[in-house]
Parts: sequence; C-alpha cells; structure tokens
Amino acid sequence: MTKVNGKTEAVTGLNIAEIVEKFGYNPARVAVELNGNIVPKAKYAETVAGENDVIEIVSFVGGG
Amino acid sequence: MIPSKEEFFNGLAAKHGLELQKKFEAASVAVCGAGGLGSNIAIALARAGVGRLKIIDFDKIEITNLNRQQYFADQIGLFKAQALKENLAKIAPYCEVTAEVAKITEENVALLLKGFPIVCEAFDKAEAKAMLVNAVLENMPETYLVSGSGMASLNSANLIKTRKITDKFYLCGDLTNDVAAGNGLFGARVLVCAAHQAHAVLRIIAGEFEA
Repeated sequence: MTKVNGKTEAVTGLNIAEIVEKFGYNPARVAVELNGNIVPKAKYAETVAGENDVIEIVSFVGGG
Repeated sequence: MIPSKEEFFNGLAAKHGLELQKKFEAASVAVCGAGGLGSNIAIALARAGVGRLKIIDFDKIEITNLNRQQYFADQIGLFKAQALKENLAKIAPYCEVTAEVAKITEENVALLLKGFPIVCEAFDKAEAKAMLVNAVLENMPETYLVSGSGMASLNSANLIKTRKITDKFYLCGDLTNDVAAGNGLFGARVLVCAAHQAHAVLRIIAGEFEA
C-alpha cells in the first residue's frame, strides 16, 4: 500500500494532484516528495502513486 | 575599538573549536526573507562566524515588526535587507554581507541564490514558502534548504522541531500553527524557530546531517 505522511492510505493509482486534493491541502501551499524526491509541480497530474510508494506532503502555514 | 579580523576569528575558535570555525568562516548562506525568521537567523549565523551571508527581502520595516524582528526603532521605513546589513556590520564586522532588495520569484530564484550552497527559507506567507521550496528542490538539487513553517501562537515552544524531509531539505517549526488562523506571532516563539533553522545550518556546515 502507498504511504502518505507516514500512514498507509488507499491512494494507490491516484495522481499527486488528486492525492493533494483528497487530503484537503491547498496546492499552492504544498511541496510533495515521492520516495525522497521532490515532485515538480508541473508533473503532479502525471505522477501516479504506486503500490510501495512513500509520499510526503509538506503543507506550509503562514508566519515568519 | 573594533577587534581585528584575526582577533575575531580567534575569539570564535575559542568557543567553537578551530576546525569548526574554519568551516564556518568558509561557508556561504543565503537568507530569503529578513523578517522574524530571517533577521534572527542571519544574526545567529553572523555571530557564529559564517563568512558570507546574502540577505534577500523586498519589504520595509514597520512598527508591527519590532516584537520579533532584529531592527531598531529608528530603522522603521528602511528596507529590511539594507537595515539588517547595517546591524550585522556592527555585530560581525568581518562577515561579508550582501543585501538584495528584491522579491524572489520562480524566474529569478536560481540567479539570486547562485553561489550559495545553503539556503534558508524565511518568508512569512505560506504560498511564498511553498514557491521557494519547490523552486529550490526542483532546480537546485545540490543546494541544502532549511525552511520554517509553524511558529505562530502562544502554544508551547516545545512543539517546534527540526525535521529532515529529504536528503537536502530540512523543515523547522510546529508545522501547524498558522498566523492566518488568528494566532499571534510572539517574538520568543518565532526566535525558537529561527534558532532551529540557524542551528540546522551550522550542523550542515559542520557535516552533521541528522535533524
């Protein structure tokens, strides 16, 4: 199963854009890593989560 | 009377050790944003003896910045990047500081950060943070990036941590407390996050790559 932010999630077969939306993140505020590598923003729609993939979605919050 | 460059170096080496001080002196770090995070990060790095800093910020100092940002009351209205360079010159006169009054965009990021192998993201807006992090990780794979997210609110400072997300990407903060959610920005808590970022940078320079 695919892991998202450390948890097993039923997202295998979905693309990154769909996964970001499924978890309710604002796409303008995220950086997504797939197996330790950044997923370029332009490739969210064509990058599909595989069976053993590990996805990390970093969602930024404001303040600095 | 300002001590000589050699006296400065020796004073720092007495605290940090000679080998480490040589590494700090040889390091170049870019700080993107000179607000609550960036002004404090830059000062911590300059005090540690980091050799070169580039401060990039387009904004001017406002009265509401003074609860957490390292500026003086008589600097209100000045560009932050330039005012911070002045303040750094008083703290660490031999740190080579470049002040760039500029807004970082996807288009100019590679040019602005060229020659700086370690970059601190110290913006305030979530979208700007995400833009910079994506741009650096996508286009500058050799660059170490230390970002800050989640330092608003009066919640416990113990929630702020440094995490290593990928080989070159470190993320400091509590990751959740958004200033937009009505949380205040309290100077001490912002400083905790800035200190995490500055310390992560020093550890990278030292060759200590764990979070």
